[in-house]
Amino acid sequence: MEKRVTFKGWILPLCLIAPQVLVSAIFFFYPAGQAIWQSLFIPDPFGLSMQYVGAGNFEYLLSDPYYRTSFLTTAIFSTLVTLCSMIPALFLAVVADRLIKGAGVYRTMLIWPYAVAPAIAGVLWLFMFNTRVGVVSWYLGQLGYDWNHVLNGGEAMGLVVVASAWGRISYNFLFFFAALQAIPKSVIEAAAIDGARFWKRFWTIVLPLLSPTTFFLLVVNIVYAFFETFGVIHTITSGGPQQSTTILVYKVFSDGFVGQDLGSSAAQSVILLVVVGALTIFQFKFIERRVHY
Amino acid sequence: MKNLTTGALVAGSTLLSPFAAYAETEVQFWHAFTGRLGELVAAQVEDFNASQNNFTVVASHKGNYSETLNAGIAAFRAGEQPQILMVFEVGTATMMSAGGAVRSVTEVMEASGADFDPDAYIGAVNGYYTTTEGEMLSLPFNASTPVLWVNRDAFEAAGVDPDTDLSTWQNVDETLTALQDGGSTCPLTTAWQSWIHLENFSAYHDVPFATQDNGFAGTDTALAFNGPAQVAHISAMGEWAADGKFFYAGRRNEGGANFRAGECALFTESSAGYAGISSEAEFAFDVRPLPYWDGVGNSPQNTIIGGASLWVMEGHEDAEYEGAAQFLAYLSSTDVQAKWHQDTGYLPITNAASDATRTAGFYDANPGTDVSVIQMTANDPTANSKGLRLGSFDQIRGIIDEELEAVWSGDKDAQTALDSAVQRGDALLRRFEAAN
Repeated sequence: MEKRVTFKGWILPLCLIAPQVLVSAIFFFYPAGQAIWQSLFIPDPFGLSMQYVGAGNFEYLLSDPYYRTSFLTTAIFSTLVTLCSMIPALFLAVVADRLIKGAGVYRTMLIWPYAVAPAIAGVLWLFMFNTRVGVVSWYLGQLGYDWNHVLNGGEAMGLVVVASAWGRISYNFLFFFAALQAIPKSVIEAAAIDGARFWKRFWTIVLPLLSPTTFFLLVVNIVYAFFETFGVIHTITSGGPQQSTTILVYKVFSDGFVGQDLGSSAAQSVILLVVVGALTIFQFKFIERRVHY
Repeated sequence: MKNLTTGALVAGSTLLSPFAAYAETEVQFWHAFTGRLGELVAAQVEDFNASQNNFTVVASHKGNYSETLNAGIAAFRAGEQPQILMVFEVGTATMMSAGGAVRSVTEVMEASGADFDPDAYIGAVNGYYTTTEGEMLSLPFNASTPVLWVNRDAFEAAGVDPDTDLSTWQNVDETLTALQDGGSTCPLTTAWQSWIHLENFSAYHDVPFATQDNGFAGTDTALAFNGPAQVAHISAMGEWAADGKFFYAGRRNEGGANFRAGECALFTESSAGYAGISSEAEFAFDVRPLPYWDGVGNSPQNTIIGGASLWVMEGHEDAEYEGAAQFLAYLSSTDVQAKWHQDTGYLPITNAASDATRTAGFYDANPGTDVSVIQMTANDPTANSKGLRLGSFDQIRGIIDEELEAVWSGDKDAQTALDSAVQRGDALLRRFEAAN
C-alpha cells in the first residue's frame, strides 16, 4: 500500500507549488515563448523593425549543410565529454574510497579543478597546446608529432573535449565518492567472505548500487556538454577549424551575439529546446528503467 | 549588477538635476580599448574634460570590438544607450542600416557650433564612413591599414639580403624560397587573413570584393571575391602553406607572437602593430608596403582601412549632442590627432595631422611609420577600393576564415574554397537585406 498525503481544499497545495511554478514561468516558459515568437521573424539588431518570415528561419537553417553537420558534431562532442568526465571520475572515486591515510588531502585536490571557470580552463589548456609556444605541443614535437589544432579538426575536437571534461571530473568525483560512502560496508564484506574478488564485487554490487548516481550524472553531464561548454570552445577554437568544433549551442551564441542574426539564433534555440527535451524524455523512459533505487 | 548601478546613478542624477542647473552635461563614451590604447584614450578624455567646463565625457570600456557593439545594441534596446559608441569597421553596415538608432556626424556637427570641415579629413580614411552623397556617418577614430613587417635579422641568418625588393608578391615568392633554403622555419605568417589577403587584396588590385561598389550602392550586393585575381593569390598562399613557407597561426593576430619572438621572417599585419613590435622585438625590423602581384588588376591601387569609428546614437538631449560634437571636434584637432598617430601607429584622420607629423620630423626619426599613410593615399580610391559595406560581415569573415583554413590544410583548392565562401556569404547577405 502506498502512503499518500491528501490535502483538504486547493489553497494550501496551490501555495506550496506556486514558487516552483512561478520560477519555471519566469525563467523557462516566458523566455522559451519569446524564442518561439522571435524565430518567426528576421529582426534588425536594434529592434527597430521585424520582418515576418514564418518558417523561413527554420528552412534556412535546415538547408545549410554546416548546420546539419553541427548536430553530428554536437553528438560526438557530448558523448566524448560525458565519457571522459564520468569514467575517470568513477575510477578516482573508487581509488580514493579505498584510501586509509590522507584521504582528505586527495579529495580536496581532486575537487579543486571544479573551482576553475570554464573560460579560464580554456585559456590554460590553450596555452599548454599552443602550436608554437605550448609546453605539451613542444614535447609532442620532440616525439616527432606535429600538433596543430588550428588547422586539424580532430585535434581541435580532442582539445576542447579534454578542456571541457577536465573540470567536470571533480564534480562527478564528488557525487561518485559520496555514493560509494553510502554503500553499506556489510554488503561488500559479505561478498568478500563469499570469495568475491574486487572486480567481481565492483561489477555485481558496487556498480548497480551506484546506478541512481550514475543516471543522475549522465543526465546532468549531457546537459552540461550541450549548454555550458561554449566558454571553453569560444576561448580555444571559436568553433573552428572549418566548424569542426561548432556545437549547436556555440552556433546559437555566435550567430546571435557575434553575427547579430537574432532570427536565426532564436530558431536554433527552439530546435535545441526540442532536441534536449527529446533526449531527456528518452533518458527517463529507457535508461531509468535499468536504475535500481 | 553593473547595469543596475549605472541605471540607479542615471535615475539619481535625473532626479537631482533641477537642483544643480549649472552642472556639467555628461557624455557617455563606450570604447573597446585596453592596455596602452586604453591609457591613451583615458588621457584624451581627461584632457578634453579639463579643457572646458560645460561637458564631462565619461569613457567606459565595454570589452572587445564585438562585445562593445553588442553592449551598445543591448543598451539601445533598453533605452540606455551612450551618446558615443565605438564600432569596428566590420559593424559599419549594421550601424548604417539602423537609421533610427544613429545620428550622422555631419548632422551632429552642423547642429552644434563646433568646428567642422568635412574636407579636412583624409578621403581614403573618411570614405569608409561616408555615404555616396557625402554625408559623414561616423567619425573615424582608430584606422590602420595592412603593411609588410620584415625581420632583418632573420633574413641575415638565412643568408638573404634584407634589402631585397619585396614590393611584389613575385619577388616575395622567390624570397620565401631563399629563406626556406637558408633554414628559416617560418618565412611568412599573417594576421587577419580575410582583411589582408582578400579585402585589402581586392582593393589594392582594384578588383571587386562584392557587387554594388562593395555594398556602398545598396544592400542588394553579392560577394565577388572568387574572381581570378583572388583565386590566384589564395592558390599561391596555399602552395606556400603546403611547402612550409607560409605558417598559419590563427584567425586574429596570433601570428604576431611568432613574429615578435623572432621566429618568422615576414609578417603581414596592420600598421597598428607598430606599438607591440617596436616594444617587444629584439631584432632589427622594417616596415614595407604590402606586396602586390605585378600585372594583376590595376595594382597597386590603394589599401583600405580597418579599425573603428565613433557613432553618435539617437535618443538624447540637445545639450548632450552639443557635448558629443565638441568632443569629436577635439579628437579631430591637429595636435590630438598627430599625437595619436605617432603614439599608436594608427593613421592620422586629417591631412593637417599628417602634415604636422611630417613637419615635426617624426617620419625621419622613425623610418617606415609613414608607409601606411603613403600606401593609403597614393591613389584616389576607386569603387573597388573605397572600402566595404556589407551586412553580417563579422559572420562572413568567419566563413572566409573557415574556407581559407581548408585551403591552408590542403582540404580544398582555392577556387572551391572561395566559391563556397561566396555562396555561404551571399545567403547571409540576403538575410541582412530582408531584415533591413
